[in-house]
Amino acid sequence: MTKTTDLKPAADTGFRGLRIAITGGTSGLGRALVRQFSAAGARVAFVARTADRVKQVAAETGAIGLVGDVGQKDDIYPLALQITGTLGGLDILINNASVLGPVPLIPLADTDCEDLEQALAVNLIGPFRLTKALYGALASSAREGRGALVVNISSDAAVSAYPDWGAYGASKAALAHMSAIWDAEAATQGIRFLAVDPGDMDTPMHAAALPDTDPATLKRPEDAAAELIERIRAALAEQQSAPEAASA
Amino acid sequence: MIAADTPDQRAARLLTVGRDGEIRHRRRSDLATLFDPGDVVVANDAATLPASLHGRHEATGAPVEIRLAGWVTPGDPTRFLAIAFGPGDHRTQTEYRPPPPRLNPGDRLRLGPLIVVIDRLLDHPRLVELHFVGDTASVLAGLAGHGRPIQYAHVPSPLALWDVWTSIAADPVAFEPPSAGFALDWRTIAAWRERGVRLATLTHAAGISSTGDPALDARLPFDEPYRIPEATSDAIHRAKRHGRRIVALGTTVVRALEAAASSSGGVIAGAGIARNRIGPATRLAVPDAVLTGMHAPGESHYDLLRAFADDGTLRRTAKVAQDRGYHSHEFGDVMLLSRQRAVSAARSHRSASASRTPSAPKAPAKPRLSQVSTRGLEIT
Repeated sequence: MTKTTDLKPAADTGFRGLRIAITGGTSGLGRALVRQFSAAGARVAFVARTADRVKQVAAETGAIGLVGDVGQKDDIYPLALQITGTLGGLDILINNASVLGPVPLIPLADTDCEDLEQALAVNLIGPFRLTKALYGALASSAREGRGALVVNISSDAAVSAYPDWGAYGASKAALAHMSAIWDAEAATQGIRFLAVDPGDMDTPMHAAALPDTDPATLKRPEDAAAELIERIRAALAEQQSAPEAASA
Repeated sequence: MIAADTPDQRAARLLTVGRDGEIRHRRRSDLATLFDPGDVVVANDAATLPASLHGRHEATGAPVEIRLAGWVTPGDPTRFLAIAFGPGDHRTQTEYRPPPPRLNPGDRLRLGPLIVVIDRLLDHPRLVELHFVGDTASVLAGLAGHGRPIQYAHVPSPLALWDVWTSIAADPVAFEPPSAGFALDWRTIAAWRERGVRLATLTHAAGISSTGDPALDARLPFDEPYRIPEATSDAIHRAKRHGRRIVALGTTVVRALEAAASSSGGVIAGAGIARNRIGPATRLAVPDAVLTGMHAPGESHYDLLRAFADDGTLRRTAKVAQDRGYHSHEFGDVMLLSRQRAVSAARSHRSASASRTPSAPKAPAKPRLSQVSTRGLEIT
């Protein structure tokens, strides 16, 4: 490991020193992102609800672990304070935390209003609030010619009308559309928004939704994370080649 | 003047004082169209710490409120200069707050989940240097969970961080909000961009505005660290070269710009510490106008405004604001005060060799902040 690092410094990845916040960082795609970005030399802060698991992932990766629930209004600014305070700013925000809604999955007509509200609170309002609280930090990063990127994790359920995926699918569709509008509005500030569907992954969330699926047919979260990181690298490169938005 | 008593700024008005003292009444939304192509608006993008912490003095069990008020080592959120109060909270005017229990070096305070150790007393019973037990992450977590924004009796209901972070708030280094920034929203910023008006920022650790103690208040503002990005320095140079205006959004921006002013009429990019006091004798090098709250004679920022305008103009402005029912304080109405033509002319004669950090004549004994370490910071 040490030898590899010596031969191929992490600076090669282009992520060294970048300040990245990831919600839902203790399982599935989020944890894989925390691991890979940390290994690439980025400065990572991640958020999750359960203190013990936060501590565990922080110890394993060296990333900064923050305990909080993006579905809770009162948690948002304390999280934003800790993210900007520990990282000294923010270049990339990845809104990855999400909930399925009622499990096992059920038709909309059987879905309690409160369950839909909860799905929207975590999957739509939470990312909105956290992005808004961190928008000043992202804009500051853009003004200084660094990257400024918000990645919202979406799903094919945001596009296709899968029966029984109503709460989740509606919340993800709203998140994807919010990303597109915000991207249009924020372009002049030099901030980009991406909504990315990572594909069907072998994660605890997928197992809860479709317990009968053979995990071997699903994408490994590590692979999905690597693909997403390539997307992010490409988006950052695009920003660097079109710096007019941030400066003029 | 009537104090604005809630953080709801939707009704805010804007009073403008032109270069020849003419007063106009506008809406805050008119800010979008007040500046000309090439002008640069400089704002302070500091986010605000939840710097008020309640708890107990471990040795006596006496209640105590700590208000973080200054950085010991900029960037290290475990050591601070702080003001200590006894029982009570923001609903009591600071001047009536009882003193804290007698504090000694080594004393510990329990502030919610945080433990504080008093390191030094700074020649006033309310003023201490302290450190939190723990590393940066655990201290920030404690502040995030237990700290509240510093607030005053004119705003009775408790404030949350979302009330005190401006739209552009980025790095949490201020102890009180750089409140002129409340006038900003992204629509205004986009409108400026359309017009060719440039928004530039600096980050200035705005300190506290009142301690309740006249001797301590006379020392305000304390030394405040700031950082000016290259992009901001470049924008100011360009605007100055083309004879465009530099508009400072707030008194903290004025202080940072003047502290960083270069002999060539621009500002030096990088990190620094503002130790300057700005008052009637100051010959401003950088800003042509300041956007600020409504300040009457005797208030904390009034002296700074005297660098922009003569006392007659300021008195007349304050009276008009009073008569027209403008709201004062951080959540109130705002005023755009241009540097008066008469003042600029008079001072350019008087102080051709003025120092960058002039002292106001009434400057009292300086705070002993020179003892405070500023490791890790240099003006580049």
